[in-house]
Amino acid sequence: MSCSAEGVAAALREAAEVVAEHRSELVELDRVIGDADHGENLSRGFTAMVAVLETEVPPTPAAVLKLAATTLISKVGGAAGPLYGTAFLRASAKLGDAAELDPPLLIEALRAALEGVQARGKAVGGDATMVDALIPALSAAEGAAGGSVAEVLAAAAEGADRGAESTVDLVPRKGRASYLGERAVGHMDPGARSTALLLHAFAEAAR
Amino acid sequence: MKKIINDPATVVAESLRGLAVAHADLLRVRDDPALVVRADAPVPGKVAVISGGGSGHEPLHGGFVGPGMLDAAVPGAVFTSPTPDAVQAALAETTGPAGALLIVKNYTGDVLNFETAAELAAVDDLDVRSVVIDDDVAVKDSTFTAGRRGVGGTVLLEKLTGAAAARGDTLDAVEALARKVIGQVRSIGVALTAPTVPHVGQPSFDLGPDEIEFGIGIHGEPGRERIPAEPADALLARMVEAVASDLPFAAGDRVLLFTNSMGATPQLELYLAHGIAERLLAERGIVVERRLVGPYITSLEMQGISLTLLKLDDELTQLWDAPVRTPALRWGI
Repeated sequence: MSCSAEGVAAALREAAEVVAEHRSELVELDRVIGDADHGENLSRGFTAMVAVLETEVPPTPAAVLKLAATTLISKVGGAAGPLYGTAFLRASAKLGDAAELDPPLLIEALRAALEGVQARGKAVGGDATMVDALIPALSAAEGAAGGSVAEVLAAAAEGADRGAESTVDLVPRKGRASYLGERAVGHMDPGARSTALLLHAFAEAAR
Repeated sequence: MKKIINDPATVVAESLRGLAVAHADLLRVRDDPALVVRADAPVPGKVAVISGGGSGHEPLHGGFVGPGMLDAAVPGAVFTSPTPDAVQAALAETTGPAGALLIVKNYTGDVLNFETAAELAAVDDLDVRSVVIDDDVAVKDSTFTAGRRGVGGTVLLEKLTGAAAARGDTLDAVEALARKVIGQVRSIGVALTAPTVPHVGQPSFDLGPDEIEFGIGIHGEPGRERIPAEPADALLARMVEAVASDLPFAAGDRVLLFTNSMGATPQLELYLAHGIAERLLAERGIVVERRLVGPYITSLEMQGISLTLLKLDDELTQLWDAPVRTPALRWGI
């Protein structure tokens, strides 16, 4: 794909499809350790986002991501709305006026997204949250910096997979799962899983 | 799942429509973002008291909108906090130069969304403060969790701050009162069954026929401990011990005891539990000066109860007794 505004919009549409496909899986992951709304909330937000993108695609990748951020913040609710909203907003701010995404810019955006999520949610690595998917996603992306945008995203997605997998063995320290303490061990964090799913969708769209 | 609904996606909106019809004299309801607002808002010169959170806890919060309590309630989707723009809309409809107090339950989503709304309000030059209530003694308050949850104490906090705002207190005073109440209210909850969220269609957790969850929150999230079901005397002793030993509440303390149904526990069992709790508190020398018994902060159709203790002084007792006129709480007017 081109990494223009239209390409970013296409990646978000792909993400919406992936979220819809995995809605029940995310609800089930969240039902076990949280309150069973993660898939429902994300699905509501991405559906609204696609509807907005149907009427207009803003001119730059940054503007598309900003639109995605505001839609998620105003439609998702829960913890995921502000966290994903902040991630997209910070990524958008990194892109400036660029008409096209390139690997260095993409990696900067990923880093900004991670920092934004940490600032908003106060989570660090090992707390069993989406941060545990974003940290290995970023370092995998950095490792693939010499490749294309698609290759960087594919590496990030695989990193996120490993990170999401690692949350299974962790005792959650943030969000609703933290109330379970040791009883949450053995279950994957739904936010880490959705982060991996989104990165896979972006990688797929970029191929 | 058997529920009296049409479509999980429209449950909240349709319920709010019913609330509006049933209580048109007290409140009005707005759609998208969903909002419950006092019929006569904004009330000139008065600090606005606003709360909100996921739906499914009725009558919290929409049932507490009216004179003497909330100026607006911001309902989210079921068990999901509302979004910042909904809180902004509530501020726009209720808040003047006297400012507004946001009452936020300590759940990650609520805190993040209300925090964002408060930041946006500052941009609009509104004087908005927020307080986070965290009265649930079931959760260890440490850096290793999201902190204690806001549960039953929220109802009492909304009543008391609403009364303070109604008598003309400044925002500084209402905020200070809220912090005082948060400092001296504690709760514990127990679940006998799990709730079923409409869009999920199956119970939020799996509980054996002879098991109960001790230390349950209000969103159907599991508690901290699963124990075998036991007779009411033993269960209430466990609950009273958990709450009373936390502050701690000591002999001679005057308190408000709030015995709450989580949705499906009938009055028969609720009053039975309340009676035992009063007896156990009396044995400790704790003086129950005011009571509230009923389903006020619920978790859909979950069976279970929560106990909330608030340490009273003359001012809090007076504010508790002050007139209130809302769909779910009403006296003195």
